[in-house]
Amino acid sequence: MTTAVGADTARKPATMAQALGRALRDAMAADPSVHVLGEDVGTLGGVFRVTDGLAEEFGEDRCTDTPLAEAGILGTAVGMAMYGLRPVVEMQFDAFAYPSFEQLVSHVARMRNRTRGAMPMPITVRVPYGGGIGGVEHHSDSSEIYYMATPGLHVVAPATVADAYGLLRAAIASDDPVIFLEPKRLYWSKADWSADAPERVPPIGRAVVRGPGTGGRRAATLISYGPSVPVCLEAAEAARGEGWDLEVVDLRSLVPFDDETVCASVRRTGRAVVVHEAAGFGGPGGEIAARVTERCFHHLEAPVLRVAGFDIPYPPPMLERHHLPGVDRVLDAVARLQWESEWTEGSAAR
Amino acid sequence: MTVLEQPGAYRPTPPPGWQPRVDAAPLLPDTEPYRVLGTAAAADVSPDLLTRLHRELVRGRRYNAQATALTRQGRLAVYPSSTGQEACQVAAGLVLEDRDWLFPSYRDTLAAVVRGLDPVDALTLLRGDWHSGYDPHAHRVAPLCTPLATQLPHAVGLAHAARLKGDDVVALALVGDGGTSEGDFHEALNFAAVWHAPVVFLVQNNGFAISVPLAKQTAAPSLAHKAVGYGMPGRLVDGNDAAAVHQVLAEAVHRARGGGGPTLVEAVTYRIDAHTNADDATRYRPDSEVEAWRAHDPITLLEDALRDRSLLDDEGVRAARESAERFAADLRTRMHQDPVLDPMELFEHVYAVRTGQLREQAAQLRAELDAEAGEAGKGER
Ligand SMILES: Cc1ncc(C[n+]2csc(CCOP(=O)(O)OP(=O)(O)O)c2C)c(N)n1
Repeated sequence: MTTAVGADTARKPATMAQALGRALRDAMAADPSVHVLGEDVGTLGGVFRVTDGLAEEFGEDRCTDTPLAEAGILGTAVGMAMYGLRPVVEMQFDAFAYPSFEQLVSHVARMRNRTRGAMPMPITVRVPYGGGIGGVEHHSDSSEIYYMATPGLHVVAPATVADAYGLLRAAIASDDPVIFLEPKRLYWSKADWSADAPERVPPIGRAVVRGPGTGGRRAATLISYGPSVPVCLEAAEAARGEGWDLEVVDLRSLVPFDDETVCASVRRTGRAVVVHEAAGFGGPGGEIAARVTERCFHHLEAPVLRVAGFDIPYPPPMLERHHLPGVDRVLDAVARLQWESEWTEGSAAR
Repeated sequence: MTVLEQPGAYRPTPPPGWQPRVDAAPLLPDTEPYRVLGTAAAADVSPDLLTRLHRELVRGRRYNAQATALTRQGRLAVYPSSTGQEACQVAAGLVLEDRDWLFPSYRDTLAAVVRGLDPVDALTLLRGDWHSGYDPHAHRVAPLCTPLATQLPHAVGLAHAARLKGDDVVALALVGDGGTSEGDFHEALNFAAVWHAPVVFLVQNNGFAISVPLAKQTAAPSLAHKAVGYGMPGRLVDGNDAAAVHQVLAEAVHRARGGGGPTLVEAVTYRIDAHTNADDATRYRPDSEVEAWRAHDPITLLEDALRDRSLLDDEGVRAARESAERFAADLRTRMHQDPVLDPMELFEHVYAVRTGQLREQAAQLRAELDAEAGEAGKGER
C-alpha cells in the first residue's frame, strides 16, 4: 500500500537533501506536534542544509538549535514525546550520535514496551551516514548494525530522492521510533520524480525491486540499501554484457525486514549477493544471508555472498575508495556465484 | 594573575564587549543546609501540612520496612530502601499539582506512592513481572528509571513541551548524589537552563553511591553549587527536615510555574539501610556514622516539632502507626498473591504494529506453550 500525500506540483525537490527538507516542511505544516531539534538546525539550516528555512517558517520553538549535546537532544526528545509531541532529531554526523546511545537503547527503544504501550515514542532520529564524501574521521561511519540489533527501533535508509521524501514522511508519522539513515553521498543526487506525480509515502518495511531481470543466461539478486543501491544498479548494467541477469532489491527498511520481497527474488534467481558499506564481520550482511539461506536453501545455486566494507575503522578520506564496495567488487562476487562450474574445492582452498 | 598578565605575554586590546552574562551571587546556595524544624520558622508552617507530612513519613517508614521484608521472603527481586530519606520522598510526592510530573529514579518508589500510585503497581519493576506496573499518565509519574540520571533530560523535555503547548506544568526530577556525575545530569541541567524549562531537580545526597562516598564523587563545595555554572539557583536543604524540603521544593515549583526557570535543590540526607538487600554496608561505613544519623531522624524531628506546637500526642503517634500497620498488612497480603502473567504479552508492546519477525516468533512461543499445556494435561490424566 502506497499513499499519495498531495499533488503539489509547484516545485519538486531536485536533490535528496531538498527532498528531505521538503518532507520535514510538509510534515510540520500538516501536524503542529512535529518539532525539529538538533545542532545548527535553525539559523544555519543544518550542516547539510536539510532543515533550511524551517526555523524561519515555523519559528524557533518548532525548529530548535539545541546546546551541543547528543544525549541531551535525544533525552529531551523522549520527554517531549511523553507530552505528545513528535520530535524529529538531527544527529549531525553518524559517529556523533554515539553519546546518545544510552538514551536510544535504554529509553527510546524500550519506553513503549516498558509501559505496556502507554507511552509510545514517536521520535525520528535523522542520521547522515556512510562514506564517500571525503570526510575526516568520525564523519563516515555506517552504524546501522547497532540500531538493527536494538529491538524497538525501526531502521530505514532511502536510496532515491523520491524514497527520501516518502520514507521520511512515513518515519515522522510512525508511532514508533525510527532511525532514519541518510546516505550522505546521495544528498546531492538528482531527482527521479516526474514533475506532476504526487509524492508517495511507501510504508516502512517494504523493499522494492529496482532494475528487474531482463532474461539473461545466469540470474542473481543483489540485495542492498542506501548508498550501495546505485552501486548495485551500475553493476547490474555492467554485468548484462557478461550475460548476467541481475535483479537489485533495494531494502529501504532494515527493520522491519521484508523477507517476502527478498526471498521472492532469490527464489526466482537462485543466487544472491548482499552489498553494504558497513564492516562485513558481524554486519547486516550476515543477518541477511542467514535469513535468505534459512528460507531459500533449496532454491540456492550458490552460497549467499557478501560484499562489505573491510573490518576496519573507517579509513582516512584518501584511502576510502579502497574500502568502499564498488562496482568491481560486486562484479567479482557475481562471478563467484558460478558455484557449480568454477568454485571447485581446489579454488576454495586457494 | 591571568595568562594575559604574565610577564612578556603579548597583550592585545581587551576582548571586545565581554562581560559575565549574569550576576552569580543570587544563584549561589547557602553553605548551611536550610532548616525549618527546631527553628522559629516551624511556627509558620500550617498545622495541616505538618500533620500530613507526619502521617506520610510514618507510613513511608513502614512501607520501606515491609518492602525490605518482602525481599527476604523472595517476593521482591530487590528493593532499594529509602529508609532515612523519607522526608525527601514525602515532600517530593506531595509538592506537585495533579497536572505536574514526577520523574523518579529506582529508589523513589515511596515518592510515587505518596503521589497516589498503588504500592503494588509501584513495586512491579522490583518484583520482576513487568518493567513498569503503571500507566505513567494516570498519576503523571514517569516509569521508575534505572540507568542513572537518564530521566533528567526526559523531565526537561516534557516540561519544555508542556510550556510550548501553553500548559503551566512543572516537572520534578529526582536523582542521587552519584547520578550527578553522569553526563546526562550535565546535559539536562544545561538544556533546562538554556530553555528556561519549568523543571526542579532534587538531588538526594544520601552520602553514598552504593559504596562510594561523596568525597570521591565530586570536589565541588556542594552539589547545589553546581547550579551556578548552568545559570540556575542552587538550594541546599536539610533532607531530613520534611518541612524544609517541602518548603524549598514548593518555592522552586512556584518559581518554575511562574516562568522563573529551573532550580537545583540538594537535600542532605542519609541512607540508613544498605544500598539494596544485596549490599553489605558495613564494608564501607562505620556503625557510629549510621547511629549519628539515626539521631537526626526525619520522623523524630517532625514529631518533636508537632509536640512542641501541641499538634501531636501519644495517641496521635499511635494512630499514625496503626494506620501504617494496616497499610503494610494490605500490601503484604496483595504481594503474596502470585501475579498472573501472559507470556504472549512479550510480543505485544515492541512496536505499534507487530513485525513479520515478531509474528513468527509469537507463533513459535504459542506452539511451545500449547505443547507444554498438552504435556501438563497428560500428566493430570
Ligand atoms: C548508568 C548506570 N551506571 C551504573 C548503575 C549501577 N548503579 C545502580 S545504583 C548506583 C549508585 C547510585 O548512587 P546515587 O546516584 O548516589 O543514588 P542512591 O543509590 O544513593 O540513591 C549504581 C552505580 C546504574 N544504575 N546506571
